[in-house]
Amino acid sequence: MVAYFTEIFTGLMSLFIGMGITFKEFFKPTVTVSYPYETLTMSARYRGHIELVENEEGNSQCVVCGLCEKACPSDCITLAGEKPEGGKKKVLTKYMLDFTKCSLCGSCVESCSFGAITFSKEYNLASTKKEDFYFDLLKRLEERNT
Amino acid sequence: MRLTLLNVIVAVVLAIAFAALNAAYLVWAERRGAARIQRRPGPNINGPFGLLQPPLDGIKLMAKQLTIPGGADKIMFITAPVLAMFPAIMSFVTIPFSDTIVAKNMSVGVLMIFAFASMGSMSLLFAGWSSRNKYSMMSSVRAVSQAVAYEIPMLITTITVVMIAGSTDLMEIVHQQSRSILHWNIFPLLGNSHNLLMPFSFLIFFICTLAETNRAPFDLGEAESELVAGFHTEYGSMGFGLFFMGEYANIVIGSCMTTILFLGGWSCPFGLFPGVWWFILKLYLLIATFIWIRWTFPRTTIYGLLNLSWKILIPLSLFNLLFTAGLIKVF
Ligand code: SF4
Ligand code: SF4
Repeated sequence: MVAYFTEIFTGLMSLFIGMGITFKEFFKPTVTVSYPYETLTMSARYRGHIELVENEEGNSQCVVCGLCEKACPSDCITLAGEKPEGGKKKVLTKYMLDFTKCSLCGSCVESCSFGAITFSKEYNLASTKKEDFYFDLLKRLEERNT
Repeated sequence: MRLTLLNVIVAVVLAIAFAALNAAYLVWAERRGAARIQRRPGPNINGPFGLLQPPLDGIKLMAKQLTIPGGADKIMFITAPVLAMFPAIMSFVTIPFSDTIVAKNMSVGVLMIFAFASMGSMSLLFAGWSSRNKYSMMSSVRAVSQAVAYEIPMLITTITVVMIAGSTDLMEIVHQQSRSILHWNIFPLLGNSHNLLMPFSFLIFFICTLAETNRAPFDLGEAESELVAGFHTEYGSMGFGLFFMGEYANIVIGSCMTTILFLGGWSCPFGLFPGVWWFILKLYLLIATFIWIRWTFPRTTIYGLLNLSWKILIPLSLFNLLFTAGLIKVF
């Protein structure tokens, strides 16, 4: 008999405690970010697709050594370069990234000893076409600069 | 008395409007409230504070096609949603919102409301039975066993109140509590009963109202995780809309009854300016509690639900009934 009433009593009390918690939560500020209207800044270690790093003149720092191309386990990177007339260093003319196969492993970024590529903070990448994920990183670099 | 028929028609129209408006905006309040408890903003895109969301939802529902599943019992399938709405509307007609705002006061008001309330479970049974869907069937079996289990303690508690008031007239029940807050039936000392157990009666009644309206934590009838959407799985369009409106209308009626039976109806706590505003205030505070409870507790199990009723609520309310009867005899 006593157990019966204690059970009812403790049960009832636990319900009130629960209601107390939700009551307090009700008056706390909301934590949602209303996504299309507001966006968060991505954390420093967030990995988007890779992008080219620019030097002071706004050009790519890449020396076209091709190490990143070889380092990529999924064959995502295709690049080409040429020596301009009179110039000493090779200049990047094409840098294609096939993002459909990229696993964001980071081998390419790690293999580049010139700091020419890095992870971007890009995440708005929905599309219905596969072709939209073959990125021309040189063009993206230009677009970023303009 | 020649105007009586007209009165009733006007009252029914007003009741439908009141029920529909309430259903629409209680959904909004519910979604906003739930969101706040979960620290989200809730619907806030359409109109200021998302206030245009309910009419837009309504338009969307009405634009949908009403499909009847093959093999369903057509007549029952169509009757069920109407039956969900109809008793709720009829109950509004006899609820006194204040001394003057009542469509048709009856000396057997309490009886009438409970008679109509018990029809609500018929609609769930019809819907589940006629849909020809195992989930709907399971759901209506649950809903009916739940309704049977919780109607008993609810009625016993109501009988306790009726015994104290000595009347089944809702107006009369309110009048007896109208002197001050301490005369409300929920409080034990100054009330007509001198019954120390009245707060518990109130709790029992409130829990039963929650269960009767199939609200969380007692919403086993539409347990989404097990039964898709329960008895209204097969309903789309306004068939679903009517069930929804019926549910919210039932919440309003349950809160109205709680207000009248235990919280002094339209009387003011301090005896000042009694009137419909006090009724509305108490009503919506109760409804807010409904919403608050729904978003606090997880769903119970069917055993837990039936155990609560048969092992706890019914014995306690029976004891309370006998105790009150004894007190009335002695004093
Ligand atoms: S992150 Fe990995 S998979 Fe993606 S391009 Fe670089 S090396 Fe290839
Ligand atoms: S490893 Fe660096 S420098 Fe070499 S090709 Fe790739 S991006 Fe250019």
